[in-house]
Order: sequence, then C-alpha cells, then structure tokens
Amino acid sequence: MMTHDFNMPYEAEIIKRTQECSNVFTVHLRFTDPSVQAAYRFSPGQFNMVYLYGVGEVPISIVSDPQEEFLLGHSIRAVGRVTEGMAKLQVGDRVGIRGPYGRGWPLQQARGQDVVLMTGGLGCAPVVSVIDYIMRRRNEFGRVVIMQGVKHEADLIWRKQYERWSEMPDTQVLLAADVAGPKWPWLVGRVIGLLDQAVFDHDNSMVMMCGPEMMMKFTVENILQRGIKERDIWLSMERNMQCAVGHCGHCQFGDKFICKDGPVFPYTEIKQLFGRKGF
Amino acid sequence: MAPHSLYLPRHRFQDLIDTLIDAGYRCIGPQLRDATIVFDDLDSVALLPQGYIDKQGPGYYRLEQQSHQRYFAWANGPQGIKPYLFRAQETLWSVQRNADGHLHFHPQQPEPEHIAVIGLRGCDVAALSLQDAHFLSGDYADSCYAARREGLFVVAVNCSFSAATCFCNSTGDGPGVADNFDLLLSELDHGFVLEYGSESGRIIVERLNLELADDAMHAQAIEQIEHAAQQQRQLPAIDIKSSLFANLDHPRWQEVAERCLACGNCTSVCPSCFCHSEQDVPDLDASSSQHVRQWDSCFSQGHSYIHGTTVRADSKLRYRQWLTHKFSSWYEQYGRSGCTGCGRCISWCPVGIDVTEELAIICSDTGADDDA
Repeated sequence: MMTHDFNMPYEAEIIKRTQECSNVFTVHLRFTDPSVQAAYRFSPGQFNMVYLYGVGEVPISIVSDPQEEFLLGHSIRAVGRVTEGMAKLQVGDRVGIRGPYGRGWPLQQARGQDVVLMTGGLGCAPVVSVIDYIMRRRNEFGRVVIMQGVKHEADLIWRKQYERWSEMPDTQVLLAADVAGPKWPWLVGRVIGLLDQAVFDHDNSMVMMCGPEMMMKFTVENILQRGIKERDIWLSMERNMQCAVGHCGHCQFGDKFICKDGPVFPYTEIKQLFGRKGF
Repeated sequence: MAPHSLYLPRHRFQDLIDTLIDAGYRCIGPQLRDATIVFDDLDSVALLPQGYIDKQGPGYYRLEQQSHQRYFAWANGPQGIKPYLFRAQETLWSVQRNADGHLHFHPQQPEPEHIAVIGLRGCDVAALSLQDAHFLSGDYADSCYAARREGLFVVAVNCSFSAATCFCNSTGDGPGVADNFDLLLSELDHGFVLEYGSESGRIIVERLNLELADDAMHAQAIEQIEHAAQQQRQLPAIDIKSSLFANLDHPRWQEVAERCLACGNCTSVCPSCFCHSEQDVPDLDASSSQHVRQWDSCFSQGHSYIHGTTVRADSKLRYRQWLTHKFSSWYEQYGRSGCTGCGRCISWCPVGIDVTEELAIICSDTGADDDA
C-alpha cells in the first residue's frame, strides 16, 4: 500500500449543503474511505485544506462539533476563484480534504473561566465548534458571552442557533449590525458597542476573537482599557495559505507561520506586529 | 585542514568524477552557459570553467578567461544547489476524476536519486543547512525534498577568490567550508588538497588512492582562504535582527521601493528562499489534474492575497517583508539569519540594489541622510 503523504487530500462527499446567506454556504462532508472518517479528529479552531477538483485548495475552518462523528462542516464565503467554484457544488459531489492543521482554541486553559467570544462577519465560523464544545460541558465553564457583528443585517447567519444559545444557562448572546432595518432587534453599530451590555468576570475570563483584523485590533484596544489582561486574549488569524504546514511561506506574520504556529494565537505572541500594515 | 588531507593532482580530477559516477552518483558540476556558470550534469573535466573568473557588482555579472588553469577560481553563478533539492516546479500529487465524479488521488514521490554536486561553496553549503531546517524539521518533513536530500553527496570547495559582491565572511558562512560536506577541496595551482567529512566521502577518497598533502600545501590552502576573506562588502556590524523591526517606518523603505522592480530575481537566486505557490493544472479532457508547486516570491502580487485584498500591495511593503524575514524573523524560525552572504541578490538585481547598503542605512541610528 502506498503511503498517504500529508500534503495530499482524501476524497470526501458532500452529504448536506445549506445556503446561509447570499454568498455564504455550508457543506457537510463525509470521507468516502470509512477508515479515514473513523480516524479523523480535530480541535475547535483548527482548519482543513478543502480542494475543488481541477481548481485548487483553500484553508477553511471547521464549524462542526468535534464530537460529531458523522459529518465535517465547512462554512465558506464565495469570494475567490476556488470558493466561487465550490459554491456551485451540490449534494453528492466530491471534494478533497486534508487536515486538520494548526493550533486551536485554548479550551483546556479556559476551564473554570468565563468565555467571551467576539466575532465579526464569517469570523463566527471558527468559534461555533467552541460554543458546541462548551455547551456539551456546560458545568466546566463559567458564563459564556457570544458577541457577533456583521456589516449588514442580511449577513447574519445562524440566527436560530444564536437564539437557541441565548436560552442556555449563564449564556448571553449579543448581536450587532452596522446597517439594519427597523425590524432588527439587536444593536445597530459595531461589535465593540456590545461590550457595555456584556456581563462577565473581567478577572477570570478568556476572550476569543475572530474576524476582520481591524475589528479585532479596535476590540483588543477597547477590552484592554476595560482591564482585561493581555494574556487572556486569543485571536484567530488569517493569511494566504497554500501548503498548511509552514513550508510555502505565504502565511508568515513576522516570525510566525499562521498555519502551523496558529491560526489561534494568544495576543501576547503577536502583539508586536498585530494590526501593522504589510505584515 | 584535517590531518588526513590528501593531494589530488589536477590531471587526476577526472578520476574523482569517474569514481563518483562508478559509485552510482549522478554527477553535477559547474559549467559555462549563457555567459554565466551554472550547475548541470558533468562527466568530464572538459566541461569545467577552467581559467575563468567572475566579475560581479550590483546588477553586474561578467566572466573573464585568464591565463591560469584553475577550475574553481570564480565565486558563484546565479544558481546554487537549491533547484536540485527544492525544484523550481514539481507535481506533488495528481487526481483523476471518473465518470461518476469520484476522485482518486495519487502521490508523486520522486524516485530516490544519488546526486553528487561538485563545487558548492561555503555560502551554499550553509544555505543547504537552512533549507534542510525549513523542509525537514518539525512535524511535516517534505517528502520530495527529503527523497533528494537523502541521496545527496556534497563535494564542497573552499573559496580562494571572492567576488566584489561576496560577504560570507561577515555572515560567518565562508569563504572556507567548515562542515556539512562529504568531500572538501582546496584548489592550488597544480592540484587540490582533498579531505572527507563523512563515511561516504571516505569511501570515495580510498578508491582514489592518493598521497597525503604536505605542509606547504596546507599552508597555501589556508592562506588562500584568508585572502578570500578580505571582502569588499560586509553586513553592518550592529544588531540587525533588532534594528530592522525598530526601523519599520524608516524613509529608506520608500526610497528603495522607488528603485525596486518587484521582479523577484533576488528571491529566485537566493539559496535559502523557500516560498512556493501551489496550483492545479487540469488536463485538457478534464479527466485528471496535476497539483503542482512552483517557486514563488514575496515580491509577487499574489503572495499576500487573501479573500479579495492584498496584505502587501506595494514594493515598499514587499521589500520590507523580504528583508525583515531574511535578516530578523529567520532567527526565531531557524535560529540564525537566513542570509549566507553569497551576494547573488546584489549581482542579479536588474537595478543593482545592494542588500548590505540598504541594511546599513535602515539599521543605522542616523537614518538615510548620511548615505543618500
């Protein structure tokens, strides 16, 4: 039997496809080789390289629950050559998957603490598995505050899921849209504007962020002023990735390779260049 | 020179090539092509650039034939060993799609090959270690690189001559070769002092049945390295690693960007640059596709592209990325600078940007005014 090199994908079949909003869709996948499916494990915050036949690969975070044994979920925004092609895939179509890669969220470290999730746009995707993970072990964590901001109210996906989470014990869900109509029940403004309503223990909480870098930069500055310690802030970073194993060089951020050293970083590790143009 | 150094007369250099070929190696060595010296298959001493020296300067490379008989009296050409291990383009895997849309992936492992490269200098031997660290260390050793590296036999040469662009003495990587070789040559007027640095090297040396080198030969070999160490260029003798990140807003970045063409010549000739892109090349009938990687450059438009935007949209940010990575970030990644002082980026830059000059200006406390 030929060995399977880490840089070569495995075939996976689309079992379910959901159009989340105009340009975001979710595919639920199953490896066609049952032994690959059985052996696959990931941690929340890790990503896969998803391959579209004849076109190429893109790094996509995993949205499914790590304990979900049957399907692997990827929420994808159709924005480039590969993802626009992927948007046309239907149930039964085959793609390639290799992974998982990178460092995920510090969930062990967050045990016993309040968990504050601040996301923007499709940045909500890499933390869905965190929320699922915590909800399964609800008594091992303190309060959970979920804050999600979008540009336009139409960009909000998983509205029902947010409503469901808001009914969980000690859980607060706060949503914001920069642009929204009169029926939008939540904040009209930036995700940062939700902080005044957020209730959590500033001395015993872990803040996890994912979203546009400028949104994260202003949010970090804001919460540092509120007394959150640098070491309690974790961010999921994003750069061009082609190999996912620290070889191709595209994802370098100063001395870090986002793909293998991250994509999730403690703020203290990247603060020197964080938000700096050109890195 | 090691005590077991031997003397290989020049008229027996062909024996070394033949012995390597007999031992099963594909022999690669320097030869003249396109008015430069490149590495290619070598089975005869007649192909070696005998009598040539190279004249190098910013944006300048010329070969000159002289009256001497030496094979290695030149410093370097545009190409080191990099293309033999980390190919400029290669297929990583292929995939077939059958009629019902099922995908079948096939790895494309290179056949292990035994290659002997003759003529690597200190800068390139050091760069080989850097590429090893990048492609082989950590959880994901690159199998294509590893397959070729495994069968590599290095015949290194101590430099007896430095080009005007060389600054290996200040990076600590030359002009002599300290380690990581199988055989090491010091070229004298009539032959070579030869030593081995590995068991495979010892086996080759034994087959050659040579006399020991004498003290005068050793002395001359050392004197030549000392002579080559008198180089016109050097890195500024300051803490470049910290200075670069302390000077991210230095006006010189903009000044150099106005000259830089973002052509990527520097990263192509650099023996340590490892960036590559991956892309799919589907067959015309769409029944299969090759997943290919090829060298990329941090100077290219697409290098920092991410969902609709480009992190480094202009040459200023790209040049800064190249320099800060090579001379600073590399320390954290691989424990040393990513530059081995070969000077190729200076010679092969079409507008003659000199990295030693840029570093001296950017890292100096007084800024650009002193030198502009």
